[in-house]
Amino acid sequence: MTLSTTSTTVNYNAVPDETGRFGPYGGKYVPETLMPALDELEEAYLNARVDKEFMAELAHLQHTYVGRPTPLSYARRLSEELGGARIYLKREDLAHSGAHKINNALGQALLMKRKMGKTRIVAETGAGQHGVATATAAALLGIGCIVYMGTVDMERQKPNVFRMQLLGTEVRAVDSGSQTLKDAINEAIRDWVTNVESTHYLLGSALGPHPYPAMVRDFQSIIGLEAHSQMQDPAEGGPGRLPDAIVACVGGGSNAIGIFHPFLEEESVRLIGVEAGGHGIEDGAHAARFADPERGRLGVLQGTKSYVLQDGDGQIALTHSISAGLDYASVGPEHAWLRDVGRSEYTYCTDAQTLKGFKALCELEGIIPALESAHAIGYVLELAPQMAKDQVILVNLSGRGDKDLGTVMQTIGGDS
Amino acid sequence: MRGVERIEQVFRNLNKAGAAAFMPYHAMGYPDRQQSLDVIAALAEAGADLVEIGIPHSDPLADGPTIQTATYAALVGGTTVADCLRMVRELRDQGVDTPFCAMSYYNPILAFGEERFANAAAEAGIDGLIVPDLPPGESELLEPACRAAGLATIYMLAPTSTEDRIKSVARHATGFIYLVSVTGITGARDELPPGLPAFVERVRRHTDLPLAVGFGISTGPQAARVSEIVEGVIVGSALVKAAGSEAGVDAVRSLAAQLAAGSRGG
Repeated sequence: MTLSTTSTTVNYNAVPDETGRFGPYGGKYVPETLMPALDELEEAYLNARVDKEFMAELAHLQHTYVGRPTPLSYARRLSEELGGARIYLKREDLAHSGAHKINNALGQALLMKRKMGKTRIVAETGAGQHGVATATAAALLGIGCIVYMGTVDMERQKPNVFRMQLLGTEVRAVDSGSQTLKDAINEAIRDWVTNVESTHYLLGSALGPHPYPAMVRDFQSIIGLEAHSQMQDPAEGGPGRLPDAIVACVGGGSNAIGIFHPFLEEESVRLIGVEAGGHGIEDGAHAARFADPERGRLGVLQGTKSYVLQDGDGQIALTHSISAGLDYASVGPEHAWLRDVGRSEYTYCTDAQTLKGFKALCELEGIIPALESAHAIGYVLELAPQMAKDQVILVNLSGRGDKDLGTVMQTIGGDS
Repeated sequence: MRGVERIEQVFRNLNKAGAAAFMPYHAMGYPDRQQSLDVIAALAEAGADLVEIGIPHSDPLADGPTIQTATYAALVGGTTVADCLRMVRELRDQGVDTPFCAMSYYNPILAFGEERFANAAAEAGIDGLIVPDLPPGESELLEPACRAAGLATIYMLAPTSTEDRIKSVARHATGFIYLVSVTGITGARDELPPGLPAFVERVRRHTDLPLAVGFGISTGPQAARVSEIVEGVIVGSALVKAAGSEAGVDAVRSLAAQLAAGSRGG
């Protein structure tokens, strides 16, 4: 596909540089033991990207196994109800295993299988979607897999724990620290450091040390590439034009960077990331790295330099979100850079507003979204009415909500 | 004398005696503020040649369960970076003159301010700095700040390190090089890895700096075996565990004496 280029002073394809930096962000902040593994991964990935056979095999699996391309749906009733811009949904919830996470998991698992002499995968998971996607890819390709998951997350995402186990993956409970995603990543890295000769760490978001942020972005960019073409093609359900705004939720930020990246040079398209506002910024119980001027500052967490929620002493803050997948103290380094250069903007959606988005999509469109994706919808409830009827919003509906039924029932009650 | 020179002197003096330096680690603020001061004074008394001063971080991804638990308890107890430096100053004022290396992760130092940290650490009585998640190449601000403050910049190498990585660490390191004995995290292990002598030899080809081995060493006999091939023996988790036991400082004193004797060749 060729993207139309407009005049721009920022070269979006020049990041990351060879040291893995997006401006001041990114890098490789890991123990020495892992440095050779990162070099090896980078080499394997750069090699695979230009290997026609590898890319053809990946494309074949994306089509015949994942079910790509995922559809573009016009959210007619939601658009009419809000009375503003027309809203289109990129349906990553319809990808096999229920979320965009499979795009990256399958890419990395195939990379490991075909290009690296390793036999074992470790991964972390918060909401369980990345864990399920990794377990799925591991089963498909016949690779042993261990997923680390915080005990708090295991409790709130029980169905996904069982799914991973059914798929032949061992789920290891992590009860250190806050017992959520951050701690699961620490534990996955500790396993990786210990077993690095045999093991690939299949990191699930556009985070961590170089080359992960770039590699995960590239595996997820298929979302934006498909949407770019579908939006312009009425036969594919599109409005026959590019959107005025793209909205995606941002935890680590892989679904957002995946849909944003192919639109970076389309300067007419606003790119809006929605962070987890939890109980609100002033309350402190949230995961909105960009929205909290006091605690969201430049920092290093788990291998990468970015915006990190932390206290004045550099200790990582505990976060809160109704969605386990956004409950993380740092954000992908490319998002921090895109924000600095003014290309993307970030806002947040509270738990309460998210539940409104969740219900709206259920009742008006017949789609039960993941609570992560419901953050994007929750923000669109506010954005769409401010826009004109001839304008268009594209939302990345990054996952389906089956896994969240327990949480939602507890929060709003089964009868409401 | 600058910190880096005090550390160099440790190894010069030992070379004369033909033994390795005993280099214990302790987490500041564990089990509590006063006891951590007592532990470090006891380590110095028991013959430590250099003490690693652990500054706790919420996300210690290179550490095993023992040090994770200890540093977490220290944070819960309110230990801050500034307080760790105050404790170092108190130890110096009490007359503890063993060289100290601060050991922390990058984010607390970044939050403190790299230059400000290097100066404050040197002023408090720290002689060198080890940051496990800051390999050469990422330390372009901290390394010059440490040099200006007279602190040794200590980097780690692992059995997985390639020749290029070894050369890079050899170029950037001062004081000594910290060899991670195994691919893994900190914590006591029963056996020393069989590949250790070969790993040490690979590193020697590229540097004349003293080498110290850490991760997994917990007993006097293990320390004795390590002292046969390198100039420094680093012990962390086993001593931290002792510090948290019922016998506390007494347990530390007795284990440290065995480890110090082992480091000097049994």
